[in-house]
Amino acid sequence: MNVRTHGSMPVRREQDVVLARQAVRKLAVDCGMRLVDQTKMVTAASELARNTVVYGGGGDMDWELLEDGARTGLRLVFRDEGPGIADTALAMTDGWTSGSGLGLGLTGARRLVSEFELDSAPGKGTRVSITRWT
Amino acid sequence: MAELRQRTLDVLGKNQKWLLDEWNRDLSGSGVGNDNRIGKDELGQQTAEFLDLMIRGATQGGGTGIGTAAWGDVRAFLEALSRSRALQGFDSLQTANFIFSIKRPLFALLQRELGDEPALLAEQLWAISEILDSLGMHTVNSFQKSREDVIRRQQEELLELSTPVIKLWDGVLALPMIGTLDSQRTQVVMESLLQRIVETGAEIAIIDITGVPTVDTLVAQHLLKTVTAIRLMGADCIISGVRPQIAQTIVHLGLDLQGIVTKANLADALAMALRRNGLSVVKG
Ligand SMILES: Nc1ncnc2c1ncn2[C@@H]1O[C@H](COP(=O)(O)OP(=O)(O)OP(=O)(O)O)[C@@H](O)[C@H]1O
Ligand SMILES: [Mg+2]
Repeated sequence: MNVRTHGSMPVRREQDVVLARQAVRKLAVDCGMRLVDQTKMVTAASELARNTVVYGGGGDMDWELLEDGARTGLRLVFRDEGPGIADTALAMTDGWTSGSGLGLGLTGARRLVSEFELDSAPGKGTRVSITRWT
Repeated sequence: MAELRQRTLDVLGKNQKWLLDEWNRDLSGSGVGNDNRIGKDELGQQTAEFLDLMIRGATQGGGTGIGTAAWGDVRAFLEALSRSRALQGFDSLQTANFIFSIKRPLFALLQRELGDEPALLAEQLWAISEILDSLGMHTVNSFQKSREDVIRRQQEELLELSTPVIKLWDGVLALPMIGTLDSQRTQVVMESLLQRIVETGAEIAIIDITGVPTVDTLVAQHLLKTVTAIRLMGADCIISGVRPQIAQTIVHLGLDLQGIVTKANLADALAMALRRNGLSVVKG
């Protein structure tokens, strides 16, 4: 597996969520994704970016355009140094929210991508990695 | 700050007319008066008034800087000028140039009249330069503030403009949503829609999301709240513009839109709304 290009952008404020969506849309196009897959990736990114801002107190998004034989992929990593998640299993339950959301962001994002990894612990911050292949 | 001497003030007072003519000539030479946004007469009035106020300010103000009461009228004049220039679409450089362009005739005048005393000339040129630079800075600052006001107002107008509520038929309203549904905007959209439903007594509201690129959980939450509020008012709601890729994404997200009528496009939604009102569109 090869990394063709990579980069990073801040996800600190509400406006950054919009910018992250736009950046991911462009990356998904560059990656050669069809419209449906672009939309899924952008929506998953939107969820994770907003969590980073709202719960993580702001962080960054790293992106990588991947090559693996004939297929290409887009990997996004959202990381913050916020409070972290005490019970990740609970957080990964449909409908569970500690705030006033629908509690579908994390689980929904997982269903929208090919690979999903959540790393989080209290005091350690949160890291979510998602990948979608063409 | 160096002070303007009485001798300099006398020179300015005696040569006010000459200064004004030279300044106006320079300005029109540089094309400012030929701009159709601002006429020669208007510009002439502004230069005359500024020169008058500036000489008065310099006479009363001494060497204490332009922040004092003696310069109050000059400052107010420049603030008004900046505001009108900002509204007319000039940039800050063009606006500040109004003041800086008086330097050439002013310096020429002092050189001519105070040339016999080189030390005094140097000191007075410095003093008047300081005053003009401060006035220029004040202009740029007020311009910036006016510009920001103009932009803020335009954004607010845009906010309202881009969320129109359209009456499609008797009892049928359409609300095309465009762009990102951040919370502030969604609030405005919702309020104006609910208001119009009350005003028109509409029975069906169509929320069209064709112009919304991403429907995530936050957008969905706003939509669900809006639909609930519309129902509480006794009206029905249809969401149109649910394109195939959005529909698939909604399913994967796990959003429950059950009980909400959705349509792929506005035309289908309107046809349905008409049918519900007992109407149908036929070819004549
Ligand atoms: N980056 C993070 N840092 C700390 N806690 C997080 C983070 N991301 C998610 N969480 C926790 O996990 C919970 C579930 O997140 P999820 O995105 O699924 O739902 P939500 O954000 O509450 O609602 P929504 O459906 O609007 O996304 C959150 O309520 C929050 O408590
Ligand atoms: Mg969330």
